[in-house]
Amino acid sequence: MELLMAIVVGLLYGGGLFLMQRRNLVKFIIGLAMLSHGANLLIFTAGGLTRGAPPLIGEGETLPPALHADPLPQALILTAIVISFAVLAFALVLFLRAYQTTGTDDLDDLRSTDT
Amino acid sequence: MNGLLIAPVLLPLLLGILSLLLWHHVRAQRVIAVAGTGLLTLLSLRLLIGIYRHGIQVVHLGNWEAPFGISLAADLLGAIMVVLASITGFAIALYSVGANERQRECFGYYPLVHILIMGVNGAFLTGDIFNLYVWFEVMLMSSFVLLALGGEKPQIEGGVKYMALNFFSSVIFLTAVGLLYGVMGTLNLADLAVKVRGTESTGMLVVIGCLFLASFGIKAAIFPLFFWLPASYHTPPPAVSGLFAGLLTKVGVYAMIRLFTLIFTPDLVHLHGLILGLAALTMVTGVLGAAAQFEFRRILSFHIVSQIGYMILGLGLFTPLALAGSIFYLMHHIIVKTNLFLIAGIVHYRFGTGELKSLGGLYKTAPWLSLLFLIPALSLAGIPPLSGFFAKLLLVMAAVDIHAWGMIATALGVSLLTLYSMTKIWNEAFWKDAPTPPPPARTDQSTILMMIPVILLATITVVIGFGAGPVFRLALAAANQLMNPSDYIHAVLGVSP
Repeated sequence: MELLMAIVVGLLYGGGLFLMQRRNLVKFIIGLAMLSHGANLLIFTAGGLTRGAPPLIGEGETLPPALHADPLPQALILTAIVISFAVLAFALVLFLRAYQTTGTDDLDDLRSTDT
Repeated sequence: MNGLLIAPVLLPLLLGILSLLLWHHVRAQRVIAVAGTGLLTLLSLRLLIGIYRHGIQVVHLGNWEAPFGISLAADLLGAIMVVLASITGFAIALYSVGANERQRECFGYYPLVHILIMGVNGAFLTGDIFNLYVWFEVMLMSSFVLLALGGEKPQIEGGVKYMALNFFSSVIFLTAVGLLYGVMGTLNLADLAVKVRGTESTGMLVVIGCLFLASFGIKAAIFPLFFWLPASYHTPPPAVSGLFAGLLTKVGVYAMIRLFTLIFTPDLVHLHGLILGLAALTMVTGVLGAAAQFEFRRILSFHIVSQIGYMILGLGLFTPLALAGSIFYLMHHIIVKTNLFLIAGIVHYRFGTGELKSLGGLYKTAPWLSLLFLIPALSLAGIPPLSGFFAKLLLVMAAVDIHAWGMIATALGVSLLTLYSMTKIWNEAFWKDAPTPPPPARTDQSTILMMIPVILLATITVVIGFGAGPVFRLALAAANQLMNPSDYIHAVLGVSP
């Protein structure tokens, strides 16, 4: 399972980076989205995959069962998803404004502030 | 529970909420901004004094014991940075009131500034690596909006580059945090510092360290990851670029210093040589880039890059004296660089341009401004007795101690080229005869109000210069805390490593 997840994460990173190399603004933003999904899955996988063992404390006990899934990576991912959602939403609006003010969606044409 | 330690995070949040509630009352927002950041400065000074006297202070949020909950931990470096951030915030608030940019102030300018300062202070105080990521995002999110607020064409273009690269660096940061958690099973910085010393997977640590270096490298704008900075920092209004120039890259430098003294120490991970090389290249490329520019704020933007190199240099040398030099440099740089950007802004407001070719004769039309420009400019180049001289002296002395002659030559050469850049601005904008026709000068009340923060920051520069002894002792104490992480670990975890 870890191997499969690792391949999926690798594909997401690879695809995201590939799309970010394109000059088109829309492809660029899809690349950013793929990258952040890849990072989330990576946290999930690196935290360890445990099947069918929720971290719940049974009635009358004080400790969860010895083998239980680590809940922390999921909490981290939840936070990261919210953040990346907000940033991507902002990025979409910013890129739309960029398209409207400059009249191009080609990143190579956005050079007037470069040195 | 120590309220003073949470205040630098909580107070800007409250100010931000208050300003949001008073959306239509720009005047009230201004009062809140100036009074609030002034109060914040006083509170953070008290925090620094408390920490200097009584040692590192820790708050476990929600009373969850470390390493399970999120801890805020302030050592001297963190407290110094909070003080600097608050002073910058205060200066920017005053300046924004003077600049009187109604169309921005009506669209949430002040709430964004408060939230930005909250993010910056949070990053300086947190003792948890995922929490650091969250504060970075708080800071970046408000900086994205501040950069694009107003929607002028160069702003939008600069904003696209700034946003894209900083978001990319956040993803690398997140990747590194995920991998680190996978290897170590904890996120608390002090707990991490204990656990990395018992680990066998040092190979993995090197990879994670490189990821952190790349991520913070983008945020701090080190070579070869700095290109977003000169492409975006000159586009927003002067108050915003002053705020960014003073604080944002320095948060990256702070994070780098924190992680590479606490967790990725040279005995575990051999990355400090790489940092040293990057520091030299950053210094040289930054200053050479500035030499080719002829616009006020673009020159200053490239100098930020060059100066970041000096701060990283102290981290790369990794001796107490070198780290003290880095911290001294941080103190000097934040004040001076903000001030230079604010002065560039005043020139822009009064004469309508920042292009050096169309400026001239300012020493006649604006003699006080010229004098005030000279103080931070000479300080940046390292002329005694101003603050920059002592910052560079410390770094050079530290390099002599470990016989890093190449680094000394680089640091001194770059310093000379910095002086060249500053004299270029002086000659072109202030000294040479005014071009014909002369640029129309405006002296309305606003630029006079904007002089107050400039005078304030210039005074601090002079005070740091003449009071270099006490400031150096403070920096050295902070550096010694960084070099002996056991105090930090003990303060957070309550047990000695």
